[in-house]
Amino acid sequence: MRKTIIALALWGATAASAEIDIPINYLHQIVPQPPTLSNLDPRPEQLGIDGASLGLADNLTTGGFLGHKYVLTVTEVAPDDDVIAAARTALASSPYLLIDAPADTLTTIADLPEAEGALLFNTASADDALRDDACRANLLHTLPSYAMRTDALMQALQKRRWTDLALIEGTHPTDRAFAAALTTSAEKFGLTLGSRKEWVFDADMRRNAAQEVPLFTQDLRDHDVLLIADELHDFGRYIPYNTWEPRPIAGSEGLVPVAWSRVVEQWGAAQLQSRFTDLADRPMQSQDYAAWAAIRTIGEAVTRTNTADPATLRDFILGDDFELGGFKGRPLSYRTWNGQLRQPIPLVHASALAAQAPLDGFLHQRTELDTLGLDQPESSCTAF
Amino acid sequence: MRALLALSLLTTPALADEIWVTNEKDDTVSVIDVETLEVIQTYETGERPRGITFSKDFSRLYICASDSDTVQVMDPTTGKILHELPSGEDPEQFVLHPNDRHLYIANEDDAITTVVDTETREVIAQINVGIEPEGMAVSPDGKIAITTSETTNMAHWIDTDTQQLFANTLVDSRPRHAEFIKDGSELWVSAEIGGTISVFDVETQAETTKIDFEVDGVHPDRVQPVGFEMTEGDTHAFVALGPSNHVAVVNAATYEVEDYILVGRRVWHMDFNADRSLLFTTNGVSGDVTVIDVAERRALKSIKVGRFPWGAAFRPTD
Repeated sequence: MRKTIIALALWGATAASAEIDIPINYLHQIVPQPPTLSNLDPRPEQLGIDGASLGLADNLTTGGFLGHKYVLTVTEVAPDDDVIAAARTALASSPYLLIDAPADTLTTIADLPEAEGALLFNTASADDALRDDACRANLLHTLPSYAMRTDALMQALQKRRWTDLALIEGTHPTDRAFAAALTTSAEKFGLTLGSRKEWVFDADMRRNAAQEVPLFTQDLRDHDVLLIADELHDFGRYIPYNTWEPRPIAGSEGLVPVAWSRVVEQWGAAQLQSRFTDLADRPMQSQDYAAWAAIRTIGEAVTRTNTADPATLRDFILGDDFELGGFKGRPLSYRTWNGQLRQPIPLVHASALAAQAPLDGFLHQRTELDTLGLDQPESSCTAF
Repeated sequence: MRALLALSLLTTPALADEIWVTNEKDDTVSVIDVETLEVIQTYETGERPRGITFSKDFSRLYICASDSDTVQVMDPTTGKILHELPSGEDPEQFVLHPNDRHLYIANEDDAITTVVDTETREVIAQINVGIEPEGMAVSPDGKIAITTSETTNMAHWIDTDTQQLFANTLVDSRPRHAEFIKDGSELWVSAEIGGTISVFDVETQAETTKIDFEVDGVHPDRVQPVGFEMTEGDTHAFVALGPSNHVAVVNAATYEVEDYILVGRRVWHMDFNADRSLLFTTNGVSGDVTVIDVAERRALKSIKVGRFPWGAAFRPTD
């Protein structure tokens, strides 16, 4: 009862502000995933969507004091349905669109005539080309790219002087992409990637990892750390403690570079974590964080500019004055050359944060955050 | 042994003043003797103690036990918890009204400011504010209370007669701490991620100036103003700059930063001794308290306390 009256009083106190409506769409193209050996960690049904919902709640609270109203509409498109038609419909209702879809869908949507002047957020694809020659001026990225994650990992390994690496990679395209990024990053930070092997077993590792993995890893050349590229989390979980040599595991398993994880608890993150678990009844994952950051980006820009005009918001978001509190210890901002949200990358294992990149000693003339991922001279993006 | 101690305390009436520090990750408060600069007592508290303040006569200590969802009232002469106050969920920081009776409490997880009557031990109002309320201040005349919200990035102005908001003003990212200064004519709000202190004219609630910080050799992203306190006569502010491990000295008349003092790691909050000649800062990551000579503007000593010291409050003993 008390709360109701207070809410009324609150609205009364802010009635002077002009009302601004900001509708936001969220589009999820459902992509069938190949089966994995273990079913321990299924993709949460509302992955990403829950993060967007939390961002919306945060925006609505701030908006309540300023007369800014946000509405989030989620559209999920089945594998057989027309995702481009769904994107057209969404863009007809609002220029603000979050997209959870593969890279080719993202560029197709960004190139639609309806998307001209719109503000699209990639919240789910780590594809490096989207930040490079496949970039689009109307497409921002809140999920870190593969390169940002693998650069973060290599900084941590270089810092520990664990410089000799071996790699086991899966055959899924995302495994390949992650393995390619690991290779590039190892070279960038002066580490040596020696042996690499492909994982092509079709035996059930839940039963015989202890027999197979030691043999499989026996012929790897000397290494300090064994890297795993298994972004679907299929076989990687069966590698630790079964290797021929006693070596730490990193990459997709073991020490993992992420956008977000439940073990991040510094920098006020405990508050974001508890708000999220209250809302979603599960821990917050990287895609949830990326969707939250996208909605909060829109919110922060509307709050500071007091407008819902997408061109004004885009200018502000890519401008010097934009900064987003992202619970990672530093203000987040966007790279003006490819639209990527620059952000620290937590390096986590199952029960704690081990380190956070950029690590001390990796310097950059602009900001240390730009030691992660494609820097301005490296990116061939010309759309911005 | 205990009897002996009590006896010796009784025979030395000229006890030194104290600084009380909450240890967020030890669930304790440490008591520092201002003369010897040593920890003389450690008392247990509820879970995750953060905000800490004394009643006006220093007979009661209020502690935000955040994860216990309560404000504890401690007898500072014995360290005993006398009772608990209903505080709303996750109380982080609070301020005691000049009437010595009403506590204004920021409920970090709930986007609410709770007002508790410390005598009747009842909640007298709950006010909806922005996400993650933290910084709390009350004007010297008691008419205005302030809550700052970390994610909404606002200072919320509360009329203490009606317990309702009458203004909401934007500040930079992640506001952490607020203080009324110069007889309540100015309000200062620090923004951790924004890296600034906003100065407001209280009469009009308009921002009049913004203070920036710049520490040699530290990237601006890591210069993060958090807690601050004013010297005698409000001439200078000492501002904790978080992970830059420095305290800034700001001239409150010109709003210029005059000095930076190196202290412990992740410096957070602070309080002065009686004549404000010494300043005690809590350093969360290094787990210690730095003692600063205010006139000389240099660190004198580090005092080891518990894990993750957070708040600090002064208690005279005479």
